[in-house]
Amino acid sequence: MQQSNTYIITFSIILTVVLGLLLSGTSQVLGPLQRKAEELDAKKQILGAVLDGAQLKQMKPEEVLSFYESRIISKVVDIEGKEVTQNPDGSPIVAEKVNVGKNYKMAPESRMYPIYVFHAEGNPESVESYILPVYGAGLWDEIWGYVALQTDLNTIEGVTFSHKAETPGLGARITSPDVQQRYQGKQIFDESGNIQSVWMQKGEGKDYANDSDKVDGLSGATITANGVNNMLKNYLQYYSSFLSNQKSSQQSEVVAVN
Amino acid sequence: MSTETTVTEVKKPAEALLSKRRKKLISDPLIDSNPVTIQVLGICSALAVTTQMQPTLIMAISVIFVVVMSNFVISLMRNTIPSRVRIIVQLAVVATLVTLVSELLRAFAYDMYKELSVFVGLIITNCIVMGRLEAFALGNKPYDSVLDGFGSALGYSWIILAVAFFRELLGSGNVFGVPVYDSIAGLIGNDFSLARNGLMVTPVGAFIILGLIIWVQRTKTGYVEH
Repeated sequence: MQQSNTYIITFSIILTVVLGLLLSGTSQVLGPLQRKAEELDAKKQILGAVLDGAQLKQMKPEEVLSFYESRIISKVVDIEGKEVTQNPDGSPIVAEKVNVGKNYKMAPESRMYPIYVFHAEGNPESVESYILPVYGAGLWDEIWGYVALQTDLNTIEGVTFSHKAETPGLGARITSPDVQQRYQGKQIFDESGNIQSVWMQKGEGKDYANDSDKVDGLSGATITANGVNNMLKNYLQYYSSFLSNQKSSQQSEVVAVN
Repeated sequence: MSTETTVTEVKKPAEALLSKRRKKLISDPLIDSNPVTIQVLGICSALAVTTQMQPTLIMAISVIFVVVMSNFVISLMRNTIPSRVRIIVQLAVVATLVTLVSELLRAFAYDMYKELSVFVGLIITNCIVMGRLEAFALGNKPYDSVLDGFGSALGYSWIILAVAFFRELLGSGNVFGVPVYDSIAGLIGNDFSLARNGLMVTPVGAFIILGLIIWVQRTKTGYVEH
């Protein structure tokens, strides 16, 4: 059957409006739930850099949030490693609210860099590790993660990576525990004290236990692996002032104790 | 995308809720006209998401929901849809449903949402969805269309679940994340271990498994392509 143009246009408009309302309605209703899921996910990822994955999986959502509350203190620094407490408009900065992805679009000098300090329960002074967020580009879309450094600010305690749209089974493997475990114990500074970062190698199945700056690669996902490498190198550079400030203040404390 | 333009007309007054013909609507796509192995549709996602059982199951449920609902909606509207813009109308309905699934996953199963990422969105381009709309829902009553969609989606689902079963078992030694290989090795002794096949984790593994399934099935049913 052949309908008039008016019919077709009216039909299309009604269809568009109905479907549009349906979608925006769902988005409104589910929005708070989605943000909650995202917040929980972000905190889980931060904790994932220092906790065992299996342990984290067993925790209920409320347990994760209260554990986070009692063990993590966050702050924000700038590129020079100085602590920033206020936004340009004067409102206080919350590290958890800093969107690393949005900051990534700005020049490195004007970005804000959150730091999550993992400390012993009930004693914020006794630091166990420093967790730094990292961000970059994978093959298809953004990738991000957290790197936990031991108190020597050099040895990697653990890492966790996430991605938006890497290929499942290939690049998406950066989220799997056995890939992330490869980074444990690697060192981000070389012997002369420069940032060397840690590099995922091409090919898979080799043993890099004796190289402090190399980890086994991802077969079939070289571009994602390169993305991870660049992400780590860039962000460790950005955080280098903070790391050296922190290091020298640690040393002066040791001197004072002596 | 292969397009079937023949519209199968089925009409009969006051039929049993699950009459023989309606049962056939569901059972046919399981084996005899399976969308994946016979019509060779929906291969892309059959390869992409099947490295593990769990995301595959979520994917299967999502596809069942989208195919059934879109068949239902399009069938309800079939007499009002202007034929000149019918493809766009179908696409809009399918895209809306897929977005709904994606939003729901994001709110209630965030881990799965992250894992499946683009592939939920790609249900839109799954040829099974549009294929069923064009071939069946446009010419049949809503209830029949729902059954037809359910059958086709089920046919798709069991194939991708079968592929995922073998890929996860042979590639990672697990089934639904349960370490089967390690348990077997633990039963036999410390020196015993089963090798995992890395090929199965890559899309190539899916091609091989899918090929074998098609081979076995066609040998049994004697289906020949014309």
